[in-house]
Amino acid sequence: MDFAFTAEHELIRKTVREFAAREILPTIKENDRNQVFDKTLLPKMAEAGFLGVSVPVRYGGAGFDYISLGILSEELEYADTSARVIISVHNGLNSLGVFQWGTEEQKQMFLAPQARGEKIAAFCLTEPDAGTDVVALRSVARKDGADYLISGEKMWISLGDVADHFLWFAKTDPQARPAHQGISAFMVTRDMKGVTSGSIHGKLGVRAGNTGWVHCDEVRVPASHRIGAEGEGFKIAMSCLDNGRYTVAAGALGLIRASLDASLAYAHQRKTFGVEIGQHQLVKRMISLMVQRVEAGRLLVYRAGWMKNMGMRNTRETTLAKWYCTDASFDSANDAIQIHGAYGFSDEYNPERFLRNSKGAVIYEGTRELQQLIQADYLLGYREDKPLRCELPPYDPDSWQEG
Amino acid sequence: MRYLICVKQTPDTAELPKVKPDEAASGNLSIQLVVNPWDEHALEAGIQMMETFGGAASAITVGGSGAVETLRSALAMGCKDATLVANTDADAWGVATLLAAAIQKMGDVTVAITGQMTVDGNSGALPVALGRKLGWPVISGVAKVLAASADSVTVERVVGQARHTVQVAAPVVLSVIKEIGEPRYPTFINIRKAARVEIPTWSAADLGVAAPAPVVQMTNWRKPPARDAHVQLFGGAPSEAAAALIDALLAEKVL
Ligand SMILES: Cc1cc2nc3c(=O)[nH]c(=O)nc-3n(C[C@H](O)[C@H](O)[C@H](O)COP(=O)(O)OP(=O)(O)OC[C@H]3O[C@@H](n4cnc5c(N)ncnc54)[C@H](O)[C@@H]3O)c2cc1C
Ligand SMILES: Cc1cc2nc3c(=O)[nH]c(=O)nc-3n(C[C@H](O)[C@H](O)[C@H](O)COP(=O)(O)OP(=O)(O)OC[C@H]3O[C@@H](n4cnc5c(N)ncnc54)[C@H](O)[C@@H]3O)c2cc1C
Repeated sequence: MDFAFTAEHELIRKTVREFAAREILPTIKENDRNQVFDKTLLPKMAEAGFLGVSVPVRYGGAGFDYISLGILSEELEYADTSARVIISVHNGLNSLGVFQWGTEEQKQMFLAPQARGEKIAAFCLTEPDAGTDVVALRSVARKDGADYLISGEKMWISLGDVADHFLWFAKTDPQARPAHQGISAFMVTRDMKGVTSGSIHGKLGVRAGNTGWVHCDEVRVPASHRIGAEGEGFKIAMSCLDNGRYTVAAGALGLIRASLDASLAYAHQRKTFGVEIGQHQLVKRMISLMVQRVEAGRLLVYRAGWMKNMGMRNTRETTLAKWYCTDASFDSANDAIQIHGAYGFSDEYNPERFLRNSKGAVIYEGTRELQQLIQADYLLGYREDKPLRCELPPYDPDSWQEG
Repeated sequence: MRYLICVKQTPDTAELPKVKPDEAASGNLSIQLVVNPWDEHALEAGIQMMETFGGAASAITVGGSGAVETLRSALAMGCKDATLVANTDADAWGVATLLAAAIQKMGDVTVAITGQMTVDGNSGALPVALGRKLGWPVISGVAKVLAASADSVTVERVVGQARHTVQVAAPVVLSVIKEIGEPRYPTFINIRKAARVEIPTWSAADLGVAAPAPVVQMTNWRKPPARDAHVQLFGGAPSEAAAALIDALLAEKVL
């Protein structure tokens, strides 16, 4: 067993930390308060290589491993959840989905410009009346000659009003039984006629992030934009979530650390009854719980990353990491507020933002309840992973570097 | 044209207060080591020159084997190659002796670039000693490089409240100040490239010089008494004052 990060991993961590200190932290409070998505962040992240971190060089990426993707997510969310969300949808949910399921031609056409950050990618699964129950989605893709005509409405789409490429799930066979076999995946691009989008405001958290709706009205999509075979859409969506959830889990780990660091600093600074509040046992308890969550979360997250590197199926492990870390980030932010007393109740300090940001991840990419059902179903024998037609490629330090 | 950036591995400024006197005396530090923050500006200067005037930016350090990490950081920022000169007990004069010998061995260095000082030694003596050893002119306080060719370099330097524009024949030693530019953070692509660059290690013998004996002897190490809170007032319009305050807090790594 080897629990060590490499020197290169550490350099990545340092780079992302410096990036966040310079590009995110100075403006985050204001952007969060005013619900402003900082569009200048995307080209900067592209230039730094973040948007293609764990994509091979020949597809426009930096050719790092999946652990590096976790580190990137962790350090970005240490600063703010909105920045990590970009990585979750652009890298995790969309790009790695194309990497896993796309043809060579589609990897050149979609993955390469996404990895270089020339095109921004989103993931369009949820609809106004279909969230956890994915199979209830109503988008349809009707065959029309060599093309498909897609109509439907997607809701709660991160980067929905910003992205260029939308990985869109629609029913090619609305009558299919079982119904999930009627779903297919398509890459819809913003320049196609009939695509419209808008932003959703008034969110509890991730207020500096863009979340929107996307509408397709009889959008003509060439068959070359269909990812995977007809009817494979559900499996593709689940593969994408295996990667998206990993970044969410890693990000939540960063958020726990942020709550812990804020709490440690404040516990030394604030005095009651003549001593630093860190001296009180009940405060120690809150701090120690956060430490426990950081350490347990780290093991769960990076085990999942390691399994991805090795090419092992990791749905169970990733789901567990996502469930644990997101719940733990909510609890930690809650404790951080408590430690800060009334100051924690104010946006003068960060923990209230941490709490608001943490809640979303307990809902998106599969609610906490769904993650619990998955864990139980594995053990009860109601659920079993079958080999996929296309598996996520394992990390290869040599071939991933070839141009 | 080669711009050779001389960098040193130093303690992280945030960790400096943790250094104990006996550690400082022995040089065996148990704390986090980073690229000397002033040298990050030197790296930025050299990489900018490479981008603007052509040529290659290279990094060099004198240190122990751990100092390779500093060179990897320099490569990750964009330097094309890097060299380690193995030595752990030279003083500024000794380091200058080794660097000068390395520069002569390389043969194609047009500009040697240093930071203003180090956060551990704080002497600021190195650029001057290096110029002396090489017999090259030294320009300190460089805030901007206006032109660079194989024959000459034109820079703007800050002297108190004044600014000089200086043209000087190359080769030359430049010691740069913060104003030269915010050090860039490494791109992921460069981190990857950096991991693959072979970093040669040269000993004093490889350079054909005797390992220099320190001429400076530190006879006492002690910690200054804890200082009172440091007060700084930021003037100007509220938006300017706020921007200056944010800069100061970032520089102090508070934010
Ligand atoms: C900030 C944010 C960003 C998002 N970004 C995206 C995105 O980029 N792309 C995308 O496609 N979607 C995105 N979503 C949508 C998100 O994935 C859904 O909100 C999530 O899947 C839950 O669906 P729902 O909101 O419709 O809740 P519902 O499915 O209506 O669930 C309501 C409640 O019922 C519970 N529940 C439902 N079914 C069961 C069951 N069988 N057993 C037990 N409990 C159950 C749920 O756990 C939940 O508590 C985002 C959401 C948010 C908040
Ligand atoms: C919305 C709001 C309205 C308010 N309205 C009023 C008002 O109308 N009138 C008024 O007078 N006040 C008011 N308050 C102030 C409130 O009563 C204080 O915030 C509260 O008493 C806690 O004090 P503190 O914020 O200074 O936290 P601190 O006392 O600094 O406590 C910080 C942390 O240390 C913990 N701690 C402190 N001492 C110990 C110990 N001995 N053992 C274990 N843990 C300890 C605390 O539990 C907390 O987690 C209000 C606060 C809020 C948020």
